[in-house]
Amino acid sequence: MATVEQENPLVEGLERLPVHPTTLVIFGATGDLAKRKLLPAIYNLAHEGALPERFNLVGVSRADQAHEDYRRLARESISEHSRTEPKEEVLAELLERICYVPGSFDDDAVYEQLERDLARFDEEAGIAYNRVFYLSTAPSFFPLIVGKLGEHGLDRRDDADVRVVVEKPFGTNLEEARQLNRAVLEVLDEQQVFRIDHYLGKETVQNMLAFRFANGMFEPIWNRNYIDYVQITAAEDIGIGTRAGYYDSSGALRDLVQNHMLQLLTLLCMEPPTTFSADDVRDEKVKVLHAIHPPDPEHVAAIAVRGQYGPGLEGGEEVPGYLDEEGVPEDSTTETYVALRLEVDNWRWAGVPLFLRTGKRLARKVTEIAVTLKPVPHLAFQAEGSVGVQPNQLILTMQPNEGVTLTLGAKIPGTRMRIRPVNMEFLYGTAFLSQSPEAYERLIMDAMRGDATLFTRDDEVEAQWRICDPILRGWDEGDAPLYAYPAGSDGPDEVEELMPEGRYWRAI
Amino acid sequence: MGGHGEVWSERDTTPGAIEAALRKLLREAHEHDQGHVPARVLNLVAVVDRDWRGEVLNRLERVGRYQASRLVLCAVEENRETIDAEVAMTTEGEPKPGEFALMHERVLLEVGPRHLPGLGTLVDPLVVPDIATLAWAPHGHPEALDSLLRLSQVVLIDSVNEPDPAGAVRRAAQLAKHAYVVDLAWLRSTPWRERVAASFDPPQWLPELSRISSVRVRHQPDSAVAGLLFCGWLCSRLGWEPGSLSPANGMLRGRAKGRRQEVELCLEPDPELDVPGLAGVAVGTASGMTISLDRAPGGLSAQRCDSDGCQSAWTVLGASRGEGGIMGEGIRQALLRDPTYRPALGAVEAMLD
Repeated sequence: MATVEQENPLVEGLERLPVHPTTLVIFGATGDLAKRKLLPAIYNLAHEGALPERFNLVGVSRADQAHEDYRRLARESISEHSRTEPKEEVLAELLERICYVPGSFDDDAVYEQLERDLARFDEEAGIAYNRVFYLSTAPSFFPLIVGKLGEHGLDRRDDADVRVVVEKPFGTNLEEARQLNRAVLEVLDEQQVFRIDHYLGKETVQNMLAFRFANGMFEPIWNRNYIDYVQITAAEDIGIGTRAGYYDSSGALRDLVQNHMLQLLTLLCMEPPTTFSADDVRDEKVKVLHAIHPPDPEHVAAIAVRGQYGPGLEGGEEVPGYLDEEGVPEDSTTETYVALRLEVDNWRWAGVPLFLRTGKRLARKVTEIAVTLKPVPHLAFQAEGSVGVQPNQLILTMQPNEGVTLTLGAKIPGTRMRIRPVNMEFLYGTAFLSQSPEAYERLIMDAMRGDATLFTRDDEVEAQWRICDPILRGWDEGDAPLYAYPAGSDGPDEVEELMPEGRYWRAI
Repeated sequence: MGGHGEVWSERDTTPGAIEAALRKLLREAHEHDQGHVPARVLNLVAVVDRDWRGEVLNRLERVGRYQASRLVLCAVEENRETIDAEVAMTTEGEPKPGEFALMHERVLLEVGPRHLPGLGTLVDPLVVPDIATLAWAPHGHPEALDSLLRLSQVVLIDSVNEPDPAGAVRRAAQLAKHAYVVDLAWLRSTPWRERVAASFDPPQWLPELSRISSVRVRHQPDSAVAGLLFCGWLCSRLGWEPGSLSPANGMLRGRAKGRRQEVELCLEPDPELDVPGLAGVAVGTASGMTISLDRAPGGLSAQRCDSDGCQSAWTVLGASRGEGGIMGEGIRQALLRDPTYRPALGAVEAMLD
């Protein structure tokens, strides 16, 4: 389809650009994600007048229920989880556009019913709706559903666009990710596939792009000549909650490093893209991933440390260890903590170690990137009674308080030249009036609009797995220790072994 | 707002003393808890009649998260010769450990008419430097607003409050020469502009834009300017040459010269509508297509009638923003720039010439 923004003179200056009439089909429509995130996000878009002016929603799931039952479920989910108080007249209008198709995903009758419903929408409106199929299902269903969409001719149309959104995880290892990509791309073009990593929908992550490429002061120092090392931390203070089934088969590396943390790393390290079009941005991110040499499985211990939390204290309360959590096998060797040392071997980053760490039940919840600059070449100010000159650190905090902190050396008031580090702090919350939309609102709109910038491309997913896969194999095949750490701590002490002398992990 | 709050006040005071009080309260709040952090987005300088001060403060309370970081409210009282001031800092609750609580500052000034021509010099030391300053004078006081233009980058007006639409448009155009103007009358037309843009956006209907032959706008009787700005927007975006509008049967009627044909323009007051803004829009094309949008529960009721007589109706979803929402949007827009307002305003000037 033509790029409407270039052709419609009325869209100039509008904050909400028109979106082609769309029918959104959610597979897994009664699942937790649909209830907690997708349906509330769709309501909020409706509330703000951001949905396409013509919009239908079809829920597909195994539960045998009528349209009215599903509308009731949608109403309850929206009422419970919406970030804005639902207005009855908007909610009622939205619910009228929702219908439901029951059946299992391998049942041809489901797709035949979908064909009839989707054709009816087109006929009633006298237009060809775009179609977005949102696969909010287990990854094992992706090839099946996409295959069935192809068999029933629902995978493309001449006069409108068809897109498929797939949720993470996209595979559990490199081979699976490749197989999934092959299966999906046998039916669809890559431009039709929107692989969600909801982390990319967060304002905080998008702010990374603004921080790096809208501020001229950082670019001159953003390289190996000035940067000594980088730490990326995604720490959680909570345990696994009720997610034992998923988490024990996943672990920290698959759950956070393969996707979210590598996304942060690529945004931090990428070259400025020529434009901010989807492919230009993703091309640059993929180049960074390709510049990271995957570790040899036999030498994983030299670059990776894994741990598992034991019992401890969190907020002054005793909390159980991982093996005592409900649903976790008593002999589980799943890592709840991982720290990695990676290097991006390219002109800009050669020789700069990048440290990644994530874990459950750590001292506090924080997601941050700390860029430590090289020390000044000559310490003229080292004086007795002084902490001394510390290397500057630039800390980009994603949560809990999104902001930027620069540590500087400053003179302690007095007659002597004594220096200690001080913080120059900026909090995004103090400088903007607008509330950040939920990540899913942004991503659903982008998928309906056809903007894939914040979605993961096939080669990007495979490049992420290419880094993580050897580590997982090394752990499976070798005898890399699984270190215990007490809940409420900063993680296992052995993580210090990754850090070269003179550099240190930031306190969590 | 609740939570932590400190107040300073002084009669017959000076800008220097008020500015010192602001710094002192800020320091004290920070000493009380380092998690108290001042918002640094926008100054709002409001000039209001003393008797309506409470109502204006209530109105500003209702904007929710779109509060200015520092509000300087100048209440004008007849016969007043001296300046009284009250400074307050309010925080929305105490910050949780590891988090911060945003602090807003409010300066209430009581001034007399004699202060208004030089109000800018009085207020200048009281605004946070290096962030945008928005000036707003909802009860007139043009000399005060003119004086504030020196330190304001943005002026907030609501043209629907002016008794004479032509005078309102002239004033907006004059202010726009000195500052970026956010007109709430323009913002009231935003959902309508978005929806008309969307209605013509599908490729099969885009060519109809060049065939538009009639535009009919229904508006609340006091909101003619919102309707005029909507028509002005269509003129400027579609390259129409606007002609003069004339009153006829309580309506305003006229023509614009389109590239292919003339376009009939009609603005019709709708006494049924009891809130400011537009009640409905209908656009017809030379090929016989009509699109109409009307206020409805849950959004806008849309109807399309094609040239072959096919009709379809649907509701465009969206919650009403209410007057609090419109005001909040006005404050938010002070930080953005809409390149289409000035050309639309220029077209309206031509219509009312």
